[in-house]
Amino acid sequence: MNIIVCMKWTPDTSEADLTVSTTAKDIKKDDLDYDMNDWDRFAIEEAAQIKEKVGGKVTVVSLAPEESEDMLRECLARGADEAFQIWSDQMEGGDGYAMASVLSQFIKGRPHDLILTGTLAEDDGAGQLGGMLAAMLDIPSATLVSKIEIKDQKASFVRELEGGLYESMEMDLPCLIAVATGLNEPRFVSIRAVRKVTSIEIPNVGIDEIGIDVGKVGQSGARVEIEQVSLPPEGEGAEIIKGKPEEAAARLAEILKEKGAIG
Amino acid sequence: MNILKPADAPILGAPAPAIAFIILFLSVAFFCYVMFRRLDVLRKAAPDPRFSNISTRLLRALMYGFGQWRQPRYLGAGILHILLFAGFMILSLRSLTLIGRGFSPTFHIPFLTGSVGFAYESLKDYTVIVVLIVCLVAIVRRAVFHPKRYDHPGTAGHEYEAYVILGLVSALMITDMIHDGSAYRASGVCGEYHWFPAAAFASVFMPSNDPATLNFLHVGGYWAHILFFFGLLNYLPISKHFHVITAIPNVFFSNLNKGTIKPVRYGTVDWMELDQCGVSDLTGFTWKHILDFYSCADCGRCSDNCPANTVGRALSPKMISVKARDYAYENFPVFDKTSKDPAHEKRLVGDIITEQEIWACTTCGACEAECPIFIEYIDKIVDMRRYLIDRGEVPQSLQKPLQQIKKKGNAYGAMKSKRAAWTKDLEEFQVHILAEGEHSDLLFFVDSCGSFDPRIQEIAKSFARIMARNKLDFAILGQEENDSGNEVRRLGEEGLFEQVSGRNIEAFKARNFEEIVAFDPHAFNAIKNDYPEPFKVIHSSQLIYRLLSHGVMSLNGEYLGGRVVTYHDPCYLGRHNGIYEEPRRVLKSIPGIQYQEMTRSFSRSFCCSGGGLLLWYENEEEKERMGERRVKMAMEIGAQVIVTACPFCLINIEDAIKTTGNEGKIEVIDLVELIDRSTS
Ligand SMILES: Cc1cc2nc3c(=O)[nH]c(=O)nc-3n(C[C@@H](O)[C@H](O)[C@H](O)COP(=O)(O)OP(=O)(O)OC[C@H]3O[C@@H](n4cnc5c(N)ncnc54)[C@H](O)[C@@H]3O)c2cc1C
Ligand code: SF4
Ligand code: SF4
Repeated sequence: MNIIVCMKWTPDTSEADLTVSTTAKDIKKDDLDYDMNDWDRFAIEEAAQIKEKVGGKVTVVSLAPEESEDMLRECLARGADEAFQIWSDQMEGGDGYAMASVLSQFIKGRPHDLILTGTLAEDDGAGQLGGMLAAMLDIPSATLVSKIEIKDQKASFVRELEGGLYESMEMDLPCLIAVATGLNEPRFVSIRAVRKVTSIEIPNVGIDEIGIDVGKVGQSGARVEIEQVSLPPEGEGAEIIKGKPEEAAARLAEILKEKGAIG
Repeated sequence: MNILKPADAPILGAPAPAIAFIILFLSVAFFCYVMFRRLDVLRKAAPDPRFSNISTRLLRALMYGFGQWRQPRYLGAGILHILLFAGFMILSLRSLTLIGRGFSPTFHIPFLTGSVGFAYESLKDYTVIVVLIVCLVAIVRRAVFHPKRYDHPGTAGHEYEAYVILGLVSALMITDMIHDGSAYRASGVCGEYHWFPAAAFASVFMPSNDPATLNFLHVGGYWAHILFFFGLLNYLPISKHFHVITAIPNVFFSNLNKGTIKPVRYGTVDWMELDQCGVSDLTGFTWKHILDFYSCADCGRCSDNCPANTVGRALSPKMISVKARDYAYENFPVFDKTSKDPAHEKRLVGDIITEQEIWACTTCGACEAECPIFIEYIDKIVDMRRYLIDRGEVPQSLQKPLQQIKKKGNAYGAMKSKRAAWTKDLEEFQVHILAEGEHSDLLFFVDSCGSFDPRIQEIAKSFARIMARNKLDFAILGQEENDSGNEVRRLGEEGLFEQVSGRNIEAFKARNFEEIVAFDPHAFNAIKNDYPEPFKVIHSSQLIYRLLSHGVMSLNGEYLGGRVVTYHDPCYLGRHNGIYEEPRRVLKSIPGIQYQEMTRSFSRSFCCSGGGLLLWYENEEEKERMGERRVKMAMEIGAQVIVTACPFCLINIEDAIKTTGNEGKIEVIDLVELIDRSTS
């Protein structure tokens, strides 16, 4: 069983004050801390658990600059056998399609029975990569998967639908599964667990080594062009309530009463 | 008449001394063998250096072992135990004498002759009566009143042990009375009943002129006594009553380093290189911790005071000892030479002691403060957590905050660069951020909560105002400060503790200051007791007390306005660091304060559910929040203001006031805030 997990390195925007960059095509990312896409944390856990059950090898790959090494090392501590970092400066500015092109070229060259991705990435939230990657590799795929079982060269899985419905399905291997969060309980990675895998080398692969055309990566390979990124305009009549939580809550209740929302 | 002495009465034709010898030999041999098997387990356990400070240890053994100092914390049961224990001490000489009398009818312990011997005999007779009464009261107490703390939830067949032992002790007393009573009857010295009440009482039931019966009772009572005695001795190490033998050594070897956590493994230079980190099985514990398991008397005082147990979490500290002792007896049995391979059995950590129990502990220390024989729980729980952490088995609710500390130095996930942002709200003055090489008298360690939690930032500001108003030279570390690591360590993530504490220590060493001051007892505790390098650190309550006693600060009672005030002892200030008085003295120096103590105060304070990372911990079993229980305790004494000296107590209690619907009736405030608001 060869499992490949695609891992995205995403900026943590939860506690940051976001500002738009000078080009207006992105947000300013210099001050942001980057980390593993939370959806992918469930993908690597699932890969490790499948390996523990049926045996095999788990490979993690991320298209991300060198600083992402800590994330990849954490993947090794989570149970991956090897991790690859793919980056060349030309890859800057790529969209989901360009990234999928690089990944498919990399994956084609190695044995793969199951490819796991997250359904979404926390940053741009496009949810496209999984499907496109499967199409490029010409293998079946499914998204938002909340349970996986591997048996007899087949993957049985469950998808969560709207309204609390579940859908059970089956696909032949090789296939690609984009996982939902919550399909397992990701393990905790201690400092010692990371230290145990310090000696494993994480190869840095450039696009020339993968053998992909420069024209297919980065901005030139992208099919989506971002025209402008902007913060939502401050609406008319919007009031930011300042002060201690209690005071703010009291003020909010007052406004709601004034406007007749509560009695 | 002259009564027949046991040593002179052959049994089935065999001379009595020969029988006495056989009984003595077999009993002692069996006892030694059982003890060897029990102690052999300690030999296989992890190391633990407990031979330092012998004088302190002796003093402890004297005071808490022989002196039974903690027993009266439960007054009724405590008095019974003290009487029983004193009885045991007194009667031990009697037992030796009686063993000797099997060999020679005139055997005496060397100095127990003449009038001393007579006095002892008389004392012994009174003791027999007292012990017998105590046993009867104890049996009735258990059978009729069923104190809940004596229960053994989840395990079967432990309740009867207490009756066996109380029965055996009673039998010892009764056979002693029969033995002496018959001699008393035979000698006819009826006037001396006030010297020998037990013998005199027993003799009432015996015929006065029936030498054969009296001889039979005297000799029979003797041998029955001897058999009960050796039966009891050998029952001890196979039952919960092992504590009769191990309790005093257990007190002698008790932990002298309060407030800190043991290293992963004593004597290991680089614990990270160990095959396994933490404890997964019995012999992974240290020998002292196994001695703890042996020594537990099942009295249930620990669990009775455990806040986790009180609110219905899965944890009962006593049951950890009971289950581990059962596991030890089962897996290292007395007779089976080949100890079972624990790999095929239920795992001690995970199956028998469950993950729910292990994570439910707030490390409040109430159990350890209560245990009459100083059994330790926090170190054991942390050791088991270390194992779970090493395997990645950590509750999801705790994973995120731990990861945030690893990446950003705070559990809030806030950016490092914003660590000093709270100071911007202070308009009257600027808080200095101490650069490398600079000096200030006080280094104010704000910790993550004071830096990032909006409610706790208010305490940080109050404290800064107090220091500024009193012209103290203080500064903060700003973004060079990391989480103190107190909870990180107690959750078992030793590597992360080393990381954050290491960074703080580096920052401390690069700057000059006289002492560190913290208003968060958790940070105070970590720096004081956990950090491998010594730094002088004081708690805000100590600093304020110092200012008050130097007369540089004066307070007014306007803010309190005559309301009834109580003080909640934070675990990491009180129990773990013995700071009970300063906060109270500070409070009592507020003019006109109406102060009222809660029933559970000082070392019996009730944990509010824990600080630091435990704020994120979600427990599904509990029926009530600990904070809610605490608010009720304060309401019971009519308090209108709860003062505490820990930011986490404040958060937990503040929440609890809301969830119990007591807003407007009672308020919680940090000592620092109260002082800030009570200064003119
Ligand atoms: C059912 C559903 C309901 C939705 N509802 C809403 C809604 O109500 N409101 C709303 O605003 N949005 C909603 N969305 C979100 C959706 O519109 C997202 O914007 C989008 O799906 C997220 O795409 P992404 O760019 O994050 O994914 P991608 O970037 O395509 O990432 C997906 C995965 O690809 C892999 N990957 C990506 N980049 C790399 C890389 N560099 N290296 C290695 N691996 C990589 C990772 O495994 C990652 O998890 C919903 C989405 C779905 C599927
Ligand atoms: S430290 Fe506190 S919570 Fe933990 S077992 Fe002891 S009493 Fe219970
Ligand atoms: S640990 Fe101590 S307090 Fe708890 S049951 Fe045992 S002897 Fe009693």
